[in-house]
Amino acid sequence: MSWFEAKAEKPKIPPAKALWAICPRCGSHMSKETWKKNGSICPKCNYHGRLPVRERIAATADEGTFEEMFREVSYSDHLRFHDASGDYRSKIEATIAKTGEKESVVTGRCTIEGHPVVLGVMDFSFMGGSLGTGTGERIARACEAAVAERRPVIIFSASGGARMHEGILSLLQMAKTSAAIAKVKEAGLPYISVLTDPTTGGVSASYAMLGDINITEPRALIGFAGRRVIENTIHQKLPDDFQSAEYLEKHGFIDRIVERGEMRRFIAKMLTYWGF
Amino acid sequence: MATKRAAKMTAFDRVKLARDAKRPHVKDFIEALCSDFEELHGDRLVNDDAAMVAGFGTMEEFKVLILGHRKGETVEENMSANFGMVNPDGYRKAMRLAKLAERFHNPIVTFVDTPGAYPGREAEERGQAEAIAKSLEFFSGLRTPIVVVVTGEGGSGGALAIAVGDRVLMMENAVYSVISPEGCAGILWRDGHQAPAAAAALKITAADLLELGAIDEVVDEPAGGAQKNRKAACAAVRKSVLKALRGLVKIPVDELVAMRYKKLRAYGNFYK
Ligand SMILES: [Zn+2]
Repeated sequence: MSWFEAKAEKPKIPPAKALWAICPRCGSHMSKETWKKNGSICPKCNYHGRLPVRERIAATADEGTFEEMFREVSYSDHLRFHDASGDYRSKIEATIAKTGEKESVVTGRCTIEGHPVVLGVMDFSFMGGSLGTGTGERIARACEAAVAERRPVIIFSASGGARMHEGILSLLQMAKTSAAIAKVKEAGLPYISVLTDPTTGGVSASYAMLGDINITEPRALIGFAGRRVIENTIHQKLPDDFQSAEYLEKHGFIDRIVERGEMRRFIAKMLTYWGF
Repeated sequence: MATKRAAKMTAFDRVKLARDAKRPHVKDFIEALCSDFEELHGDRLVNDDAAMVAGFGTMEEFKVLILGHRKGETVEENMSANFGMVNPDGYRKAMRLAKLAERFHNPIVTFVDTPGAYPGREAEERGQAEAIAKSLEFFSGLRTPIVVVVTGEGGSGGALAIAVGDRVLMMENAVYSVISPEGCAGILWRDGHQAPAAAAALKITAADLLELGAIDEVVDEPAGGAQKNRKAACAAVRKSVLKALRGLVKIPVDELVAMRYKKLRAYGNFYK
């Protein structure tokens, strides 16, 4: 899984230059204010930057309609995992303290332009958006709630893959979540997957690629294996746009690239077509 | 006896054993299981992936579909089978034939032994992520019994794609992991040489996985490992597979699929 690949791309907005933002795609400099005002979208190249989970929910759900579900579900340190730099528990507890979130996905019910849905939103800043047992459990429960309440499922993914600190059980979340998505479809309900920057590894290889429609934002990174792993395997340089949203659309794995400002309208329109 | 040996071996010792080229390969298991295996090829889309073996055979009273990773034994075989690293085409072939098995009520036996799904340019372009995702969704609801045997390296998503089943067996010296010990060491230790430490931390041995509830049964290997006596190792796998099949075919298919969902749902649910 390419957890690290994606993570390694993260710190491109240098913390020392608190006032400046640098676009990770085209390298343009701009003030943080400009970046923020533009909805974390690069005014030069239209790269749609990462959004913190609460900002994404606010940008997606009708105002005041989001009710969070399964907040009690969090990580598990069943391996008592520790590595050279310390133990998993302290690392994730620090993330929880910093972000105020208890897992890499937030799930709940809301309406989008009046359409009732179950919404899941991942946050890359929470352990690289990694798929842990708590993440998988929240997603599976969200799917089951959607079936019980007959609501469509919308999941915004952002992840480097499975969370290795939780070992084999994190891998098995790929199977668990995919089985739960199958239940949603079996029940005659639609599932829209929105793959945001970046979605790779075990998340792209499970629920994120299983949408009845898979949509994404301009210039998002989407793939299975990391670029460097592939280059080292095939001993070739890959094209610059490899694993970009545009590249995936060209190869047939993305239904549409949707601008952030159009996302709500697009999702609502699709749901209307299908009678939801 | 198995437990005594277990105490002396490190997780990384088992990684080395699991990768030993002299261990039984999918071909050996098929020969031991079936008298009359017929291989079938192709995904009906673009390719035939030699890294995924698929075909029908007779195993005692059962007509089964066998799916398995092929690493190959000679250098030429290794190359053509990509050392057991499957492309999207291989997973799509597996699904195509599994659908056929469902139609004619053939139980499925899968053999898992791969370093991982192939990380290649074409693999990405033909949708490696989608192929694995689709396999997971597909096998979770397939209406026929599925027995999984992890025989060597259970490498991440590339292994899991054919490891969703009703009964998951694992050979004593096989390993099954979310990431290779070397990969994990490179990321979390920033030093690939720390693979033994990563292997221990990740808990990837059959005994560990049984304790974590990730597998259902450990199949004991001959003294010193399966590579010392392939025949005996294959015979032990055969016995466990037969026993599993005989139990599973008695279960009405609706119930079987419901039980499979429950099993998947229970993985890592600490909030029951
Ligand atoms: Zn830019």
